[in-house]
Amino acid sequence: MARTGPLSAHSDTEQPAMDLNFTPEEEAFRADVLAFLRDRLPQRLADKVHGGRRLTRDDMAEWHAILNAQGWLANHWPKEYGGPDWNSVQKFIFENECALAGAPRVVPFGVNMLGPVLIKYGSEAQKRHWLPRILDGSDWWCQGYSEPGAGSDLASVKTSAVRGIDAQGEHYIVNGQKTWTTLGHYANMIFCLVRTATDVRKQEGISFLLIDMNTPGVEVRPIITLDGEHEVNEVFFTDVRVPTANLVGEENKGWTYAKYLLTYERTNIAGVGFSVAAFNCLRNIAAKQRRNGKPLAQDPAFAARMARVEIDLENMKTTNLRVIAAVAGGGVPGAESSMLKIRGTEIRQEISSLTRRAMGQYAQPFVEEALHDGFEGTPVGPDEAASAASLYFNNRKLSIFGGSNEIQKNIISKMILGL
Amino acid sequence: MNFQHTEDRRMLADTLNRFVTEQYRFDTRDRIARSVQGFSSDLWNRFAELGVIGALFDEADGGFGGGGFDIAVVFESLGRGLVVEPFLDTLIVGRAIALSGNDAQRATLGALIDGSRIVALAHGEPDSHYELSRVTTRAQRSGDMWQLNGAKAVVQHGEHASHFLVSARTAGADDAQEGVTLFLVPRDAKGVGVRGYRKIDGGRAAEVTFDNVTLGGDALLGAAGVGFATLEYAIGCGVLALCAEALGAMDVAKDHTLDYLRTRKQFGVPIGSFQALQHRMADLLLEIEQARSAVINAAAALGAERRVRERALSAAKYSIGRIGTRVAEECIQLHGGIGMTWELPLAHYAKRLVMIDHQLGDEDHHLERFVALGAA
Repeated sequence: MARTGPLSAHSDTEQPAMDLNFTPEEEAFRADVLAFLRDRLPQRLADKVHGGRRLTRDDMAEWHAILNAQGWLANHWPKEYGGPDWNSVQKFIFENECALAGAPRVVPFGVNMLGPVLIKYGSEAQKRHWLPRILDGSDWWCQGYSEPGAGSDLASVKTSAVRGIDAQGEHYIVNGQKTWTTLGHYANMIFCLVRTATDVRKQEGISFLLIDMNTPGVEVRPIITLDGEHEVNEVFFTDVRVPTANLVGEENKGWTYAKYLLTYERTNIAGVGFSVAAFNCLRNIAAKQRRNGKPLAQDPAFAARMARVEIDLENMKTTNLRVIAAVAGGGVPGAESSMLKIRGTEIRQEISSLTRRAMGQYAQPFVEEALHDGFEGTPVGPDEAASAASLYFNNRKLSIFGGSNEIQKNIISKMILGL
Repeated sequence: MNFQHTEDRRMLADTLNRFVTEQYRFDTRDRIARSVQGFSSDLWNRFAELGVIGALFDEADGGFGGGGFDIAVVFESLGRGLVVEPFLDTLIVGRAIALSGNDAQRATLGALIDGSRIVALAHGEPDSHYELSRVTTRAQRSGDMWQLNGAKAVVQHGEHASHFLVSARTAGADDAQEGVTLFLVPRDAKGVGVRGYRKIDGGRAAEVTFDNVTLGGDALLGAAGVGFATLEYAIGCGVLALCAEALGAMDVAKDHTLDYLRTRKQFGVPIGSFQALQHRMADLLLEIEQARSAVINAAAALGAERRVRERALSAAKYSIGRIGTRVAEECIQLHGGIGMTWELPLAHYAKRLVMIDHQLGDEDHHLERFVALGAA
């Protein structure tokens, strides 16, 4: 037959082909993660997460302690500092299975943000002192980046740190204001971008400072978001004295560290696991809610909306795995993570939008106490109604924080498209 | 998990891309696509000699590939060159024969693979609007013979195919899956009418009619009444091929548009320096990467059980339909007036991308099908 043509001259040796499945080793790892979650994730916490109820400080600390006991808390850290030494595929599997199981999100500020910066740029003394305290929960860190006048234009931070010396030694005096400080009301420590020089390009006068929030002059004020939640804060600094030992790396090099922190670990930036968990929840709701005498899932208009986001999510899973496979050698995803961030957050927002729609008129009641521990009243409307609209409004933040989606498009234009 | 093609497939892609770049330049393509025949016999034979058709078939069927990723690699390259030769229908008809043909029919696969026999799928009808099981062309048995009556719409290269794969109803309601029977019909059989025409994106197609066409039992592909599964599988291969072809075309359209944004100056600067255009381009890039993932998902699912396979195929065709049209429209817009001209290759990529959504089911059709397959 027609076995002619140069293209048919193929080798007879077995070649690894494209394969979307995890390897047996990766599947074994996944089984370990699943076993751990089954044995150690408290049902009470999973129920709260799945039900969209609000987590307390103790809930989050409890989950951190459980992960730390397993050695899995700081999963981006090298082994010598107490990390599990996972590759990017393992991290992806872990983060996804945690999301699917309803595990609380790891509070990222100490573990995923400051930790890697200290490991790369901190002094030996800083590493020895701060890293173990992140792991065992001695310190709760928050992030002092944004200011009222420095959002997307982060490099224009104005909070000032002026070097001085007195009887207690060398120090900075810090004055200014940070904002959007997530969980700052639980924190005892804050890492800040502060201005240490004004006569240079704005990126070259920034330093990275660790500040004890119990120092006199630090004041935390709540910001209540549109869903009624207290998650973010303003932090004010008035003549706050910070020892120079708390400077990370070199003075005026903070922008380098800040950028490193922002790009360090983005395997999970698409939040595929969160989206799959949320979509599963939506599917259950759509099977129960009714329109025109049929389950909502069989309503052509609603089914089409669900199918569109389901397909987008299926594509996103593969896009995410492609990026991970590309960096599996240990590299760091670059501007590709901007693509994952944009589309990943759009998908998460669309799923919460559909969940809100699925509630029909019962999206309206705002029974805030039903979102907290100890609520024993009768829910108004379907079980999921209490959280549907508030989660939808809360999730509007996804396309704003961590570099707004418009900033991500600027990055793509510059780094990938070369425009 | 592995997102690298095998060495063989990378070689296949490299060789084919080089051939298309060198031998299928835009002016050549434009001439072929507007020609009376609608494709080039010479280039078709050279593609066949190169082994491109063989890559679409399994070794057991006389080829040396045939996997989902083989189809994807070949058609992505063909899409990069807007190749108009009859690869798609050769794939669909050939895979149907490979799956359900008897020995005599399977013996013709060699002629498909070496390019000497051109075949076409005659399935869609004037009123079927992509619906896979809506078949009103009728075949009636009388003794050992069959009588075929009906009309088929937009048969690709219908004037030049020597044989049609025809779906006909032998039992059941007009839209029933049961009762669909497949026939291999010679174009020169008495009663076959072919009315050819140009297509807006290049190449030719035809309306094909069957007026009391008499066929022997040897024209049956598979058993009577149970042709739907074969048809669905073969068309599924075609859906994957179209998706991959669109991906290749999108990559080129994107590259052309990026070049234009970097070089075209207005207000004294390259228009690519404007944020409004940068963000639109970033959106396109993101969408194309999602389309690439959709093609990978579909190629990986081609060997899976029916529901998984067909869902992935519909997900991909929906994604490609939506994204391909968006890429086409945006690329024209980003080019401005020049994007409206025949002389600009980009315009032809845009036309092909939009027309792919009109072959084997559009965005709406496949979204509905995805939903229906999920509920089943």
